[in-house]
Amino acid sequence: MTSSRSPRPPVLLVVLGCLGLVFFAVPFIGLLGRVPWSDLPALLSGPVVGDALRISVIASVAAAAIALVIGVPLAWLLARAEFPGKPIVRGIVILPMVLPPVVSGAALLFALGRRGLVGEPLEEATGLLLPFSLWGVVVAAVFVATPFLVITVEGALRSMDRRREGAAATLGARPWTVLRRVTLPAIAPSVLAGLALTWARAFGEFGATITFAGNLQGRTQSLPLAVFVALESDRDTAIAISLVMVVVSVAVLVALRDRWWGAL
Amino acid sequence: MARRAIRKKLRGWWPTALILLAACAQTTRPQGDTGLEREVLVSAAASLSEAFAEIEAAFEAAHPGVDVVANLGASSTLREQILQGAPIDVFASANIANMDQVVSAGMTAGEPAVFATNLLQIAVPAGNPGDIAGLEDFARSELLIGLCVAEAPCGAFARQALASAGVVASVDTNEANVRALLVKIELGELDAGITYVTDVLSAGGTVAGVPIPDEHNIVAEYPIVVLADAPHPSAAAAFVAFVLSTEGQAILGEYGFSSP
Repeated sequence: MTSSRSPRPPVLLVVLGCLGLVFFAVPFIGLLGRVPWSDLPALLSGPVVGDALRISVIASVAAAAIALVIGVPLAWLLARAEFPGKPIVRGIVILPMVLPPVVSGAALLFALGRRGLVGEPLEEATGLLLPFSLWGVVVAAVFVATPFLVITVEGALRSMDRRREGAAATLGARPWTVLRRVTLPAIAPSVLAGLALTWARAFGEFGATITFAGNLQGRTQSLPLAVFVALESDRDTAIAISLVMVVVSVAVLVALRDRWWGAL
Repeated sequence: MARRAIRKKLRGWWPTALILLAACAQTTRPQGDTGLEREVLVSAAASLSEAFAEIEAAFEAAHPGVDVVANLGASSTLREQILQGAPIDVFASANIANMDQVVSAGMTAGEPAVFATNLLQIAVPAGNPGDIAGLEDFARSELLIGLCVAEAPCGAFARQALASAGVVASVDTNEANVRALLVKIELGELDAGITYVTDVLSAGGTVAGVPIPDEHNIVAEYPIVVLADAPHPSAAAAFVAFVLSTEGQAILGEYGFSSP
């Protein structure tokens, strides 16, 4: 009577959990139900989709690469270095993750736009204009997506066994060598997982992109922007692009299943 | 044992409780002081933002207890929301084409009425840094030029005007709606764009207007209608009547719209 061998989950939890599952599943079923399967090749081979795919791939890969270069050092500093105002620094770095993307886009415009705080001197000095350019798409994606890499890598740095680093240092390895030969290999799976999340976020970026970089086919119109525009004019194309994005995102999640859950 | 028994008894109550809840929701259907519903949901073209804000305030003052909730965006976005079943009471579009799609879907209660007209104007940042004199300057590739997306009325009209003037514009961005375009001109991020006369007026001193000659300009007609599935039909009818009234027309006039 008192011992329950296999604990049965409380009915309420099961009901609410199922409700949650339905909530997440129904939109995808709705999308799949609208996919014009037979026209799919024709819809996806149009010039708008091709241009948008090219921009999305270039911008998201470039954003992930830049995120790696600036995100891993940030994560290391946040996990290992002691400096004043660290919670504030972490807050600033994580903020774009929770901020509405359109706010991020507006902030980028005020800072890096043509009349922006940094943008104006930058244009005068180099002639480089970020808004309405592919660089703008990349910058928007880096801004909103890098936090995913930072928190993933910082978590891994905090949870890794630091005795090996200590041992390497005792054996005379310089800090840089310890980082390169011990630390980075140990957290490599998490870096990869963070990188994939960052890439996926950059691939799906919409709000900051349209606000900061504008929307022009072949220059700044990424796949999500193309979906947004096509929804009002050519719904079948919009649904076809959406399907592509769902498939790509699912593929990333599946590919990372073990690494991502293992890393946490 | 006892607790389990109580839980079992309670379980039986769930459906009853749900029915009671539903009944409560039914009986407390909100009614305003004037016999109108407490709310009216208005989907209005982005270019109507300021004018409708004032109309909203005046209508709420005339009908205490009724709350006007405005949903602003490109008419094409609003049309799509309505066609997909959004529970909207009133649709005010910036062109006839988007309204026609809602009418032919059989989703309107009665015929739409044109309540305002508007004209296109070139909008430039204060001081006109790109030195824009007319539509022909839209071909200059060294400038940053923005239009609305072709799906939005402002984008469709702007393309008609450019085509009429024989200008192939060197466009750098197609903004989602006229207000998004206006903001980028206000900020000086774009050298020029094509908006409505009313938008330039609403931006005050931050944006200057360059007229488009009549032979290339487009008269934008704004139709308004109560939707067939309006959740608040009487408040919706009252709102539409107010927009068409002398008082509503006067407010629209203040913001640069013309009476049809």
